[in-house]
Amino acid sequence: MTAVLTDSRSIRIKGRSFLAVVLSPDLPFDHWLARLDDLAARSAGFFLGRPVVLDVADLPISRAELQGLIEELGKRNVSIMGVEGARPSLLGPGMPPGLKGGRPASDVEVTAKEPMFETPAAAPEEGAEAEKPAVVVTVPEVRPVLQSTIIHEPVRSGQSILFPEGDVTIVGSVASGAEVIAGGSVHIYGAARGRILAGSLGNRQARIFCRKLEAEMLAIDGIYIMAEDMDPGFRGQSVQLWLEGDVIMAEILS
Amino acid sequence: MTKFTGEEGKMAKVIVVTSGKGGVGKTTSTAALGAALAQKNQKTVVVDFDVGLRNLDLVMGAERRVVYDIVNVIQGDAKLPQALIRDKRLETLFLLPASQTRDKDALTQDGVDQVINELKRYFDWIICDSPAGIERGATLAMRHADIAVVVTNPEVSSVRDSDRIIGMLDAKTLKAENGERVEKHLLLTRYDALRAERGDMLKVDDVLEILSIPLLGIIPESTDVLRASNIGAPVTLADTRSAPSMAYFDAARRLEGEVVPISIPGQKQGLFGKIFGRRAA
Repeated sequence: MTAVLTDSRSIRIKGRSFLAVVLSPDLPFDHWLARLDDLAARSAGFFLGRPVVLDVADLPISRAELQGLIEELGKRNVSIMGVEGARPSLLGPGMPPGLKGGRPASDVEVTAKEPMFETPAAAPEEGAEAEKPAVVVTVPEVRPVLQSTIIHEPVRSGQSILFPEGDVTIVGSVASGAEVIAGGSVHIYGAARGRILAGSLGNRQARIFCRKLEAEMLAIDGIYIMAEDMDPGFRGQSVQLWLEGDVIMAEILS
Repeated sequence: MTKFTGEEGKMAKVIVVTSGKGGVGKTTSTAALGAALAQKNQKTVVVDFDVGLRNLDLVMGAERRVVYDIVNVIQGDAKLPQALIRDKRLETLFLLPASQTRDKDALTQDGVDQVINELKRYFDWIICDSPAGIERGATLAMRHADIAVVVTNPEVSSVRDSDRIIGMLDAKTLKAENGERVEKHLLLTRYDALRAERGDMLKVDDVLEILSIPLLGIIPESTDVLRASNIGAPVTLADTRSAPSMAYFDAARRLEGEVVPISIPGQKQGLFGKIFGRRAA
């Protein structure tokens, strides 16, 4: 039996990064929870709506103990989106998924509420020692560091250039069956024959530039266009592409 | 059975003849280039890496003389000189056959390292005939290469497979691991200039533009090639005056570093050939 797809729109899949708060509990859990309660009492809504990851690396605990801890946290309105550093045996159905590959960001600092005297205190788990009556949490803005990379040779069929950090410049062609995935813009000083994905982590400003457009697929911020849907007038031309709304625009570079 | 006069201090060159795609002319080109180099009095061995589907012995006309093969040598059942077969027509040309009864897992990296290093002591040129595909057999064949001859037909699927292989030559060879580059050359085979001009085939310029590696030669499509393999002789031995032979002889001279202008043999007279020759150069 064949199902008929009446909706021809494709599924849009994008990458997105959030800054998660990482809690590293220590043993015994009831002492640690008491300190957490103390912190929460002084900063209502500390964890509300914030992605929280539990780091249980090197903790000699059982699955039941972990489950109990997650329940205790749930009672305090702390919902755990994932568990880091857990042995596979620690996690089971109904528990948050295990996470891997997290990269450290700057510490989430708990600061006093007085607007003029922003006294930085310790990280949340040590916040219990701080004696400030009211605490507000400021998550430092994560400024993306602009980066770029240059590839000095042709990207061959079967090769994949992955650079989520920023722009990719290729001095050479991108072969049919090759792909370039960049967080920023993609510049190709040669023919673009493979798959080119710019702004892949949700950058609508990203653009694609190429000397000769013969791409199999182009995408900016998850919006993509296949070769057969491209205006044939742009084929073989020197072209730049950008996003306007949900449409990829193209212009021949003179 | 075979006597060697290994000269000290000479630099053996290892060539891999590769393509990714099957049926484009790797084995024919291995035999033809091997015979062309051997005719210049250079000690040459052609090595069949296509374990399980060996063909090079047939094209070399040595299929009834295979006693031991490369797998026997690797597994220690035979010494390398016992497995080498000297060509009956050219005393500087040798064949190291593949096994037909084993599968490609019988080749091990250490074994191949040993065989190639020993061959380097005896020969000027070691030409490895790679199996099709991108798996173990192909990566082992290219592992020791100084020079890669990428055999390509003027046709899109062959060109894309060659592109993939070129990427692997830059990543999976000993030279690449040591931060050096394998010298890569394009050998365009089964080329029919008239059909290319009609648009039925990719043109030389198009292939060169896509693959962006230097051109070693253009071998014209010819029945001479088929006739030669049917009588079990490299085309450069069967009929040295035929168009494909002359193209292979020119390619062999370029491998030695000589600068030879590129043209399609047999079409030099016509105006078309002149224009074409200039464009391909």
